[in-house]
Amino acid sequence: MLSQLYHSVIKEFLTFFRDPGTRGVLLAAPLMQVLVFSFAASMEVRNVDIALINEDSGRWSQEFIARLRSAEFVGAVETVPTMQSFSNAVDRQRYLVGVRFPADFSRRIERGQSASVQLTLDGRRANAGQIASAYIGTIAAQMNVDIRSNQPQTRLAPGVELRHWFNPNLEFFWFIVPALAASMVLITPLMMTALSIAREREMGTFDQLLVSPVTPGQIILGKTLPAVFAGFFSGSLITLLAVYAFKIPFVGNVGLMYCGMLCFVLAVTGIGLTVSAVTNTQQQAMLGVFFCMIPLITTSGFVTPVENMPAGLQVFAEINPLKHYIIIVQGCFLKDYGWREIATNSWPLVVIATVMLTSATMILRSRLN
Amino acid sequence: MTVSVSVADLSKSFAQVPALKAINTLFAGGQITGLVGPDGAGKTTLMRLLAGLMTPDTGAITVAGFDTVTQKIQVHEATGYMPQRFGLYEDLSVQENLRLYAALRELPEQQREATFTRLLKFTGLTPFTTRLASRLSGGMKQKLGLACALIARPQVLLLDEPSVGVDPLSRRELWKMVRELSGEGMVVVWSTAYLDEADNCDIVVLLDDGAIAYQGSPQKLSQRLDGRSYLASHVRGDRRQWLVRALETEGVRDGVIQGDSLRLVLSQAQPTSALKELVAAAGGELSAVAPRFEDAYIDLLGGGPGGHSEIAARMEPVADSRSTMVECKGLTKRFGEFVATDNVSFSVARGEILGLLGPNGAGKSTTFKMLCGLLKPSAGEALVAGIDLRRSSSAAKLKLGYMAQKFSLYGLLSVRQNLDFFSGIYGLRGRLRQQRIEEMIEVFELDPYLQSSPDVLPLGFKQRLALACALMHRPDILFLDEPTSGVDPITRREFWTHITGLVNNGVTVLVTTHFMDEAEYCDRVALVNQGQLIALDTPDALKASVATAALPEPTMEEAFIGLIETQNALLQTEALT
Repeated sequence: MLSQLYHSVIKEFLTFFRDPGTRGVLLAAPLMQVLVFSFAASMEVRNVDIALINEDSGRWSQEFIARLRSAEFVGAVETVPTMQSFSNAVDRQRYLVGVRFPADFSRRIERGQSASVQLTLDGRRANAGQIASAYIGTIAAQMNVDIRSNQPQTRLAPGVELRHWFNPNLEFFWFIVPALAASMVLITPLMMTALSIAREREMGTFDQLLVSPVTPGQIILGKTLPAVFAGFFSGSLITLLAVYAFKIPFVGNVGLMYCGMLCFVLAVTGIGLTVSAVTNTQQQAMLGVFFCMIPLITTSGFVTPVENMPAGLQVFAEINPLKHYIIIVQGCFLKDYGWREIATNSWPLVVIATVMLTSATMILRSRLN
Repeated sequence: MTVSVSVADLSKSFAQVPALKAINTLFAGGQITGLVGPDGAGKTTLMRLLAGLMTPDTGAITVAGFDTVTQKIQVHEATGYMPQRFGLYEDLSVQENLRLYAALRELPEQQREATFTRLLKFTGLTPFTTRLASRLSGGMKQKLGLACALIARPQVLLLDEPSVGVDPLSRRELWKMVRELSGEGMVVVWSTAYLDEADNCDIVVLLDDGAIAYQGSPQKLSQRLDGRSYLASHVRGDRRQWLVRALETEGVRDGVIQGDSLRLVLSQAQPTSALKELVAAAGGELSAVAPRFEDAYIDLLGGGPGGHSEIAARMEPVADSRSTMVECKGLTKRFGEFVATDNVSFSVARGEILGLLGPNGAGKSTTFKMLCGLLKPSAGEALVAGIDLRRSSSAAKLKLGYMAQKFSLYGLLSVRQNLDFFSGIYGLRGRLRQQRIEEMIEVFELDPYLQSSPDVLPLGFKQRLALACALMHRPDILFLDEPTSGVDPITRREFWTHITGLVNNGVTVLVTTHFMDEAEYCDRVALVNQGQLIALDTPDALKASVATAALPEPTMEEAFIGLIETQNALLQTEALT
């Protein structure tokens, strides 16, 4: 029986490497995506244009504006006469942020009272707006600290100093490239396995397999091993790219990362084979892949933090292998995960893999019966 | 003015390989021209050139007065082209398909309804206008394809193998329709692998290796064989073995089985004494008969492949000595309301060939799939070598070999890798495996193709490879699902030579086919119609059952059509009462 398995695996490898189309889609596409995504999907905000509506004539608003102008993320800072002209300009997407100082801004500070600044953000660019607002908030907080330290009559407020562990300079790439690398390891085995049974059904070779002594379990296993190999191949390629091209520090243990990768690829292969087992044509299988892939990526925590999702989706995220694997990869790159952390995040993957691979085998067997 | 299509000095090559070489011919209106020739002779290429879908390398084609290169649009308007697989939209109904093609052909709105009514009536599809194209049987699909090709009232009708995979009944109906069209003065070019169809054409153009080997009336070609066609009638015993021996006899160029007789083509006008002795030994009588087109066709292309099967000679006789190898009892398959197979029971003895015949959609494939364990019966059971294959261990599956009409080979693997793979999954190992692979390569002459993909192989070699893959593990039982669909007569003869040889070794064969001449090779024929087994007997007994005073010696095809029509009429009266 081992020899039958061996021949099934060889066959899968040969079909995989002989088809230039598959080769391209499975190997070149993830690499392209890593390169494009990591440069395009930047979360940093630069060159923010700001409109000022200054009703205050005191020195504190000028101080604030001076600090704003010198901030790195800011592009042009222009004064507009009224809220109305500001809102017209926002319509044309001229400004992302409007900063309005009320008439009593400086007066209240002089009196030692708290003063407020009104921020108006273009909601159509919600992400950039939010980040810009956080940056401006930091400027305000800093100013607050400085004001208080210059006024000995008030007690010095304890300033908050942020220190980001594992990514001290908040390098955006450090965070996004490992997550992308994890997502890319999803694509190759998922596509490869989803297409494999459907293709054999289309070609008629699947009936030929079913009348042969090969069992459904062997068919599944025969298709799993090459997918694991392909997943490892693209995973390694992307890791090398991350370390050498993007200069992301890799502080963890390579062996442990591969343990996590194995569990992840097995889980993904199970999903792919289940999709393939229920579909009759490659076209259906492709649609199935997209049907799975988009929720897998959106609930993985890569795009939105899992903690910000509604409760139902958080449960779904727990059965999403990508969510666990992103934690593993980021952990291995930045945090030097030990075997205990790897095990904590890998066991859900093992459960998912077992369930999905079994279900694929069962579906094949039941369709046969 | 009569319409015609003229072809002058036409050549076409693909990547330096000539597909057509200096073709000169004329297709006249009011005639059906049959385009015949072995696989890869250039039939489809010529069809596509005639339809203006390709540009000739040299020479010119004039279709109804228009040049296919410079006046493409007029040519498209004047022709109706039906490719091997007509582009029907499977998710649209019959009516919607017609409407779509009417729109594509820019048929004026006010003419549409009348055209649809006429075509639906003509093709007999009126009761099925709302049915999805995907739910039509093979024959009905072809009729709908024809209707769509006829929408713009073409002057020239090009039909590329319209009858492949179509049952004799639908084939006959299709032929009648086309005959009617040609009677209206239309130019009809009909390419086919069925030589009985070619025999009915007014003119045949026989292509061989890209050149015209013959053009003229089929009768004229047959006449070349006057005095060389013989019938050895009423041979006793195993007809297949007598055929093998006859084909090995000196002076015999070709031969087939026809009931309990052998139809032989000789290389010279007189039978040799060796042949006379053989026929006498078989207890038959040798008499000259009128040659038919098929005899002349095979003769022109160099004669038949002979009767010796090298692979059968090398295989040891089947060891399994049970008498019944395949058995099904009350086999039933329902898909929702639809009963695809209705209470079918039969058994196949060791060393027997059982042919499963029936119209498209009659339930042949469903029955076949249940027997090989690919489909679960709704009721009843199917036993192969005493075992239910669905529940069986892998070891039981080693007993059977399977070959499907699509040949089911891995196109992404080379020929050699296909052999490696199939020998591997059947558990062959080490030296034995190498030995079997080498044997197949040698016997089927696959050596020049070992590194190529099966996809690019000539059809005949594809079939050989599929057979090789099914035989390496020495199965006791062979399941063949339309193994010769769309294959030319010489290749089919070679295939049956192997089957005959294997059966002689004790291999049991279950085969489905649409070729009536292949049914003659079967020991018994099971006729399936509308899910039911309506007849199960030897070919001769089936023929005798429909014999009448008007038709004393019906052919297999006439028997087939007769039995099916009788049952259909019966079912209709039942439905009415």
